Amino acid sequence: MSDSIIKINGVNKWFGDFQVLKDINLEVSSKQKIVVCGPSGSGKSTLIRCINRLEEHQKGTIIVDGTELSENTKNIEKIRAEVGMVFQQFNLFPHLSILDNCTLAPIWVKKMPKKQAEELAMQQLKQVQIVDQAKKFPGQLSGGQQQRSAIARALCMQPKIMLFDEPTSALDPEMIKEVLDAMVNLAKGGMTMIVVTHEMGFAKEVADEVIFMDEGMIVEKQPTKSFFANPKSDRTKLFLSQIL
Amino acid sequence: MSKINFLKPDKENLNTYLYSGSFLFFIAIFDVFINSFFEINITAFLPKIVGFLLPLILGIIGLHLIRIEFSGIKNLDLLNKNINTSTFNAVLTLLIIFTLIKSISPIINWFILDANIAGDTKEACTGSGACWTYIKIWLNRFVYGMYPNELQWRINISFILLITLAFVGIIPSEKIKKFLTLYYVIIYPIVAFILIYYLISGGSLGLEWVETGAWGGLSLTFIVSFFCLIFCFPVGMFLALGRRSVLPTVRYISIGFIEFWRGVPLITVLFMSSVMFPMFLPEDFFMDKLVRVIIAISLFEAAYVAEVIRGGLQALPRGQYDAAKSLGMGYWKMHIFVILPQALKLVIPGIANTFLALVKDTPLIFVVGLLEIVGMLNLAKTNPKWLGFAMEGYVFAAIIFWIICYSMSRYSQNLELKYKTER
Repeated sequence: MSDSIIKINGVNKWFGDFQVLKDINLEVSSKQKIVVCGPSGSGKSTLIRCINRLEEHQKGTIIVDGTELSENTKNIEKIRAEVGMVFQQFNLFPHLSILDNCTLAPIWVKKMPKKQAEELAMQQLKQVQIVDQAKKFPGQLSGGQQQRSAIARALCMQPKIMLFDEPTSALDPEMIKEVLDAMVNLAKGGMTMIVVTHEMGFAKEVADEVIFMDEGMIVEKQPTKSFFANPKSDRTKLFLSQIL
Repeated sequence: MSKINFLKPDKENLNTYLYSGSFLFFIAIFDVFINSFFEINITAFLPKIVGFLLPLILGIIGLHLIRIEFSGIKNLDLLNKNINTSTFNAVLTLLIIFTLIKSISPIINWFILDANIAGDTKEACTGSGACWTYIKIWLNRFVYGMYPNELQWRINISFILLITLAFVGIIPSEKIKKFLTLYYVIIYPIVAFILIYYLISGGSLGLEWVETGAWGGLSLTFIVSFFCLIFCFPVGMFLALGRRSVLPTVRYISIGFIEFWRGVPLITVLFMSSVMFPMFLPEDFFMDKLVRVIIAISLFEAAYVAEVIRGGLQALPRGQYDAAKSLGMGYWKMHIFVILPQALKLVIPGIANTFLALVKDTPLIFVVGLLEIVGMLNLAKTNPKWLGFAMEGYVFAAIIFWIICYSMSRYSQNLELKYKTER
């Protein structure tokens, strides 16, 4: 595919002696939605953390939007500004209000005027329906509200790609839906998304492709429908039978 | 109405128990009180040992009588719950009250009742208490050191100006608020330096030069503490960051620096700064003794501040770094906007601790011949005309240091509250 926005080629990664990623090859085209699932410790979080270089890969190449990830700090910062990320633990900045959380990076990284940044932030907060909480601090919000704020914060950088690292795993069951709704809306808006999640309902609804990882390898990669209808490998079948 | 059983006070005859109990309790307190303050012994007719123990016995019985659970009287319940849960507890309570009463009286006597403040020679002090005359006569020296009397207005004006300028922060104007950090971190210290250099030191602008050896007393304590505090903080912050750096050179230099300064006693550092340091300098190069001392103390304390701040940096969850990086922030932006504000907030108590220790370490500058308030006291107590008043001097210094340190402590608590953003 020529319009691939992310090209991962032969990526290997070790934590000490332990190999977390084994020969990963993956291409993601623009506006594609990919769900990555698999048992814990399978390397799925590490994989998406490699895409914005929160983790370094030791072998292979990762090219994001035409720029290869290397030691070059300038490139890394450029790519990070284009790739938004949402974390399992929200990771909002507790000393700043929700609005300041959202405007911090646009103002200081993208050099956006403060007023414009605030307008953009309010617009994004409106998308995830927490405009009325903008002046509050993260500690005063519920888990679901915090995670939606975190999504808004990432979107304020106007990224081309959004990475989600188990965004609903730390939430109470009744808050999962509000976060998933925000993600579905985002998907409908045409964002390129890579989502690590166990929410198979979400995968069925929005994913173009589902990837199943185990022991650092991509075991199965199929379009969503056939992934659930006729998974090829036994490992995938076992996993699906346990999770569904 | 049930029978009154003094062994088992109950709620039914509440008032009877309450009145008799409180009566006994107050008799006990009263006995100790007049004994201690007026030296009247109302139990003189009793055998000595009984008279001695009587307040305690009366108190125990009194507290026993008012120990009624769920009496319905809010204050009584509160009292019982906190200081009167059992006989043992009651004994402790009584002993503490008696000790307080017994010790307050000699303290008041020494400080006020038997003390002298009139006159201006040693002979004026005739009472058995403190001789505040000594402090009164020497106060000028304790505050200004050997600074010439007729030039002391220069110190006064500088300090009044500096204190006034320190309150710029309370002006409620949005326009000014933007520049407050810049003001306090850069402009204010520069203004302070200019004031001290031109006004207190003099030597130009038609002002007579006063060498730093003549500075002293409380004003020197303030000057040394102030500059050491503002220098050691940024140095410590960079050392803390340096020690966590991924660049080996930066890391090892920071570690070496911190461990060196933490490993040597301050008094040797000060001694080195005045005796050894000039030997390494070119002959025509002159650096004032006070400047050398301030640099020495700042570097020494910076090592401590660095470790305190590093503690704060390590307490932050990794997710904060991840989030900042994922938004495209580089090392400095991440630290300035995300990491340091949180880490510094966490370590306010530790920083306050280090700063208080710094202020209380300033008397050590006597080893290089600079006499701040304690140094002046030591000088004054050896004056032949005023021998024998060390106690007053040290009590005075203790009170002054306590006021300074307590204010700093309160200020740090205010900061903690101000930056509290958790639920």
